Amino acid sequence: MSLLIDVQNLTLKFRTDEGLITAVDDVSFTIDRGEVMGLVGESGSGKSVTAKALMHLNARNAVYSPESKIILHTEKGPVNVLALRNARELKVVRGGAISMIFQEPMASFAPAITIGDQMVEQLQIHNDMTKARAKEISIEMLDRVGISDPSKRFDQYAFELSGGMRQRAMIAMALSTKPSLLIADEPTTALDVTIQAQVIDLMKDLVAEFHMGIIFITHDLGVIAQTADKVAVMYLGKLIEQGPVRAVIRQPKHPYTQGLLAALPKLDDLDAPLTPVAGDIPSPLERPSGCVFHTRCPQVIGDICKTALPQSIPVGPTHSAACHLYATETAT
Amino acid sequence: MSDKPLISARGLSVGFKVGSSIFNKSILKAVDNVSLDIERGSFFGLVGESGSGKTTLGRAFLKAVPITGGWARYADDEVDLDIGTLSGPALTDYRKRAQLIFQDPYAALSPRMTVRDIIAEPLEVMGLTKTREETDARVREIAAKCRLNLEHLRRFPHAFSGGQRQRISIARALVSRPNFIVADESVAALDVSIQADVLNLLKDIQRDMGLTFLFISHDLSVVAHTCDHLAVMYLGRLVETAPTRQLFKAPRHPYTKALFSAIPSLDPDDRRGGQKLTGEIPSPTNQPPGCKFHTRCPMVIDRCRVEEPSLENPGDGHAVSCHRWRELLEKP
Repeated sequence: MSLLIDVQNLTLKFRTDEGLITAVDDVSFTIDRGEVMGLVGESGSGKSVTAKALMHLNARNAVYSPESKIILHTEKGPVNVLALRNARELKVVRGGAISMIFQEPMASFAPAITIGDQMVEQLQIHNDMTKARAKEISIEMLDRVGISDPSKRFDQYAFELSGGMRQRAMIAMALSTKPSLLIADEPTTALDVTIQAQVIDLMKDLVAEFHMGIIFITHDLGVIAQTADKVAVMYLGKLIEQGPVRAVIRQPKHPYTQGLLAALPKLDDLDAPLTPVAGDIPSPLERPSGCVFHTRCPQVIGDICKTALPQSIPVGPTHSAACHLYATETAT
Repeated sequence: MSDKPLISARGLSVGFKVGSSIFNKSILKAVDNVSLDIERGSFFGLVGESGSGKTTLGRAFLKAVPITGGWARYADDEVDLDIGTLSGPALTDYRKRAQLIFQDPYAALSPRMTVRDIIAEPLEVMGLTKTREETDARVREIAAKCRLNLEHLRRFPHAFSGGQRQRISIARALVSRPNFIVADESVAALDVSIQADVLNLLKDIQRDMGLTFLFISHDLSVVAHTCDHLAVMYLGRLVETAPTRQLFKAPRHPYTKALFSAIPSLDPDDRRGGQKLTGEIPSPTNQPPGCKFHTRCPMVIDRCRVEEPSLENPGDGHAVSCHRWRELLEKP
């Protein structure tokens, strides 16, 4: 497998009336071609902001630190995403090499333009092709994602489709330009569970077929277990644990990941009590010092958690956790 | 104390008129011919996908939507009411006994009122307390039960996280000391680590105050952990109802089976196909004839397409509405 995207020390703050708010803090990860990375975290953990940074898609008040690096390896060589300045340069990334699927498919389609016209438009922006050819490809893609009667759907508007259908159309649109990286931001959260199962199956087939990299953003660990090769867990802008999906779900190392898994209601053991992670997620305006999780952590080992920022420490093959628990183990 | 169910319904239907012109008028049956009993002190779960009528059924029990067919009764130690015909002072009295907790804790709380005023409002509107001191005492008592402290009462809702806001909504619903609570997707908007906390709170309160809950949710793993009885709805019909454990151990309706197998498993090696449903939920304005589920049912036979099954109770408290459930019992 070859390296597709390399994110190093990504730090991103938003300039607001209340001062600089840290949304993403020193996040590093890589994704290979054909690899699915699950990005897990609760609201405010910075998972969507991280994904948008890959397309340089964050609002104007976003400030990237000078150390932040996002290198996308395309067929024409590496592209430094954060160095791209204007819309013309960014076209290579946005909708070209990287496509994104959003959570709410109704809000992602223009309501007054047919699905087909929107698909044709983006194909023509990114490829040099005739309208007729673009239409042909679009109908082919709609058919590929399991939309029945694709030539009829091509002339319909988003409101005429059901929720599951709309999300399929969104996937068809995102994939029609053959991106090498697909970012799926909570693509199944708004769907019913039986429809979600269909969309997950579809996405798995498409990865195998198109051999692209996928970032699957979700708060649902079950969806991650079903789709991802590796997992990155975020909390308050920090990447606190990452590793292969089996290792992270079966032997979570960071207390937050452990808490998240324990908080999930499990179907195979209805007697197991639900154990919430104590306390509330701190406001991003009041980021805790030291380890950001220490205010809720049941395994605080001392003042070090409150004062020192834990570094990412290897806890297994390609599995790492940012927690002082493991630093002391290696020191002694 | 009688052993009558707190809430009972027989042939309950709720229809809405849709279409405005005289030529294009039809009735949308959101809830169709539902019969069920909710025993005192039970935590009764109602599951189904969007458009299944679960919210409408919950509202019908609160007389928040008009009942257009059949009946629903409420019976506690003091009163025995026909919910559909309540009006005037009797309805005001019923409002004290039955309350609703909403889904979205961000939309349900007025941003202009302090938490104390939000919780006190039902007492003042219903005239349940005579003096301000009495109101304050009731508010403090219920706030403590919902793990809110005195400091919280002085603040406005914007200062709270999602989990805290949901605790405020719960306190507001409970302050009139109701017997029956409808909790409509009350944890759906919360993060996983907080969700477990609110679920535990609801369970504790139910036990301490001897309440009866109708817990409406689309999340099967959540209902599995909180409810003692479950009812599954599809397109306005009740398709299956049973004690939770029995339902999970041996679901009888093909739809219930499909719902269970659509839950994404937490085991990365269990990426099984299971029994996946094809197709989408039909529109409630254009319902299929016969069994409402026949368009997606993997077990469909000719009889299902023409004859609608009725809810059959074989006497073990596990009722199912399917022509074929007996013969399917032998098959896995």
